[in-house]
Amino acid sequence: MEKVLMKGNEAIAEAAIRAGCRHYFGYPITPQTEIAAYMSKRMPKIGGTFLQAESEISAINMVYGVASAGLRAMTSSSSPGVSLKQEGISYLAGCDLPALIVNVQRGGPGLGGIQPSQSDYFQATKGGGHGDYHLIVLAPASVQEMADLTVKAFDLADKYRMPAMLLADGTMGQMMEPVELPEAVEYKPEKPWAVTGTENKREHNIVNSLYLVPEQLEQKNIERYEKYRTVAENEAMCEEYMTEDADVCVVAFGIAARVSKNAITEARKQGIKAGLIRPITLWPFPKEAIRKAADKVKGFVSVELSMGQMIEDIRLAEDCKKPVSLCCRVGGMIPSPEEVLKAIKDMEGGKI
Amino acid sequence: MATVFKKPEALTDAPLHYCPGCTHGIIHRLVAEAIDDLGILGKTVGVAPVGCAVMSYDYFSCDMVEAAHGRAPAVATGLKRAMPDRIIFTYQGDGDLASIGMAETVHAATRNENVTVIFVNNAIYGMTGGQMAPTSLPGQVTQTSPYGRDVKTVGYPIKVCELLSALDAPYYIERVAVNNVKNVLAAKKAINRAFRNQIENRGFSLIEVISSCPTNWGMTPDNALKWIETDMIPYYPLGVYRDKSKEEN
Repeated sequence: MEKVLMKGNEAIAEAAIRAGCRHYFGYPITPQTEIAAYMSKRMPKIGGTFLQAESEISAINMVYGVASAGLRAMTSSSSPGVSLKQEGISYLAGCDLPALIVNVQRGGPGLGGIQPSQSDYFQATKGGGHGDYHLIVLAPASVQEMADLTVKAFDLADKYRMPAMLLADGTMGQMMEPVELPEAVEYKPEKPWAVTGTENKREHNIVNSLYLVPEQLEQKNIERYEKYRTVAENEAMCEEYMTEDADVCVVAFGIAARVSKNAITEARKQGIKAGLIRPITLWPFPKEAIRKAADKVKGFVSVELSMGQMIEDIRLAEDCKKPVSLCCRVGGMIPSPEEVLKAIKDMEGGKI
Repeated sequence: MATVFKKPEALTDAPLHYCPGCTHGIIHRLVAEAIDDLGILGKTVGVAPVGCAVMSYDYFSCDMVEAAHGRAPAVATGLKRAMPDRIIFTYQGDGDLASIGMAETVHAATRNENVTVIFVNNAIYGMTGGQMAPTSLPGQVTQTSPYGRDVKTVGYPIKVCELLSALDAPYYIERVAVNNVKNVLAAKKAINRAFRNQIENRGFSLIEVISSCPTNWGMTPDNALKWIETDMIPYYPLGVYRDKSKEEN
């Protein structure tokens, strides 16, 4: 298929449409506004909905409405806006509703900055809103993956009846690369639980997260966690790069993984056996790949655009068998290949 | 034998949890009667609020969604955009609609979103045990205004119909009460009208229903109905605040 040159944000929008999403609700915030702008052009021409909501809170609740009706819906925002959506995301999880939330991260906390960041890792992977729940969290590292993982996110959300998040960053959103767009599908929902009107033919459906009887609420949580266990067993994804013989294993996702690849190439040139595990799903975290690597490597280097969030999951996955060091820049700064290379060398030389 | 009185089809058999003397039951019945009368039960989806009516998803026999506190108009917007041929209504209290959900209310109204909003104003937070609401009257004693609502420190009650009527867009806005037979009959007509407007694709209709809360007002049911007449209706005058059908003719 033909490749087209697209911005990451636009690739998400077009891929969502091709995945059968006809309902987008958003609120302007840098650096993801291109998604809204793209949707505002395309949706009216294909009989879809683009609605600029009065707030992030309203946008996620409009998504909740469409998802209740059994159709594919999405919203997108950047870090401060995604904080506002957490109430609605918790309700989506509590009602077992599929939907897509895109977070093109910027630096924080507070208003932070508008430059790229990965500091919403905890928020995305550990729940974010109130209550016991998880999202499926996908982390693209190219414009191609911005498109592919958008489709994947919708499919997984439907398969498991849970919200999914595409956790990108400002670099991914703004960069342009050639992309092969996914085939357009005609989406036919099979959701007997959806509130589409009874047509006087069935009992009424109720979309709800309220359970005032403690035993019932406990049971709902237990059932949901059984589902999460199935997701964790079947859907963890990562890319391994030069890990077969690696002494030092870098773990990085998104833009940090791309920088790390350059550093690994340079390390190999200098005779240091470095490799990369790039989580593609952040939840479920690719624990198995990390665990296996732990038996072979001297140590891990977690390269992140945060003060060290994913590093906790790496340590849990490798059960503290080997040392894990942190190479990070924050606030919109990105580690250079030289900085990553130094971290690799330090780990290789036992200087951590 | 001829049937002279029966439960509307749009209500389930679930026993209502409302306190004795509370007028939510009457309002539920009026909504259900409108759905029955218009023959729309099979294509209606209701949105329940957070507040006393939170469990109304068990009481209405149409498909139901439970929304987060105040977000019902946004959820209704999503439902209506997803299914333009379905009839979508929200059933919300004063804290839900006029406090935490004010942005959702105003913006759904200004988009003239083609949905029906039933707004139950009983001037108090009932479910949480009687705290001051955005519609509590000046001087009204509640759990969080124990010396009476002091307008100098917490401001004045919000008159939702008057406020929304300042917008150009909304199609139909009316305030009714359910404290006596005459008012109940007028409320029935208004609620029916609000659903009919949606069927005819007219846009946003909001019916504010002045309702009682004997438990949290600390009154007998009878005195609560009287208080609606003597104190609430003078502050919240009944009547039609917006009727665009008149502008069209």
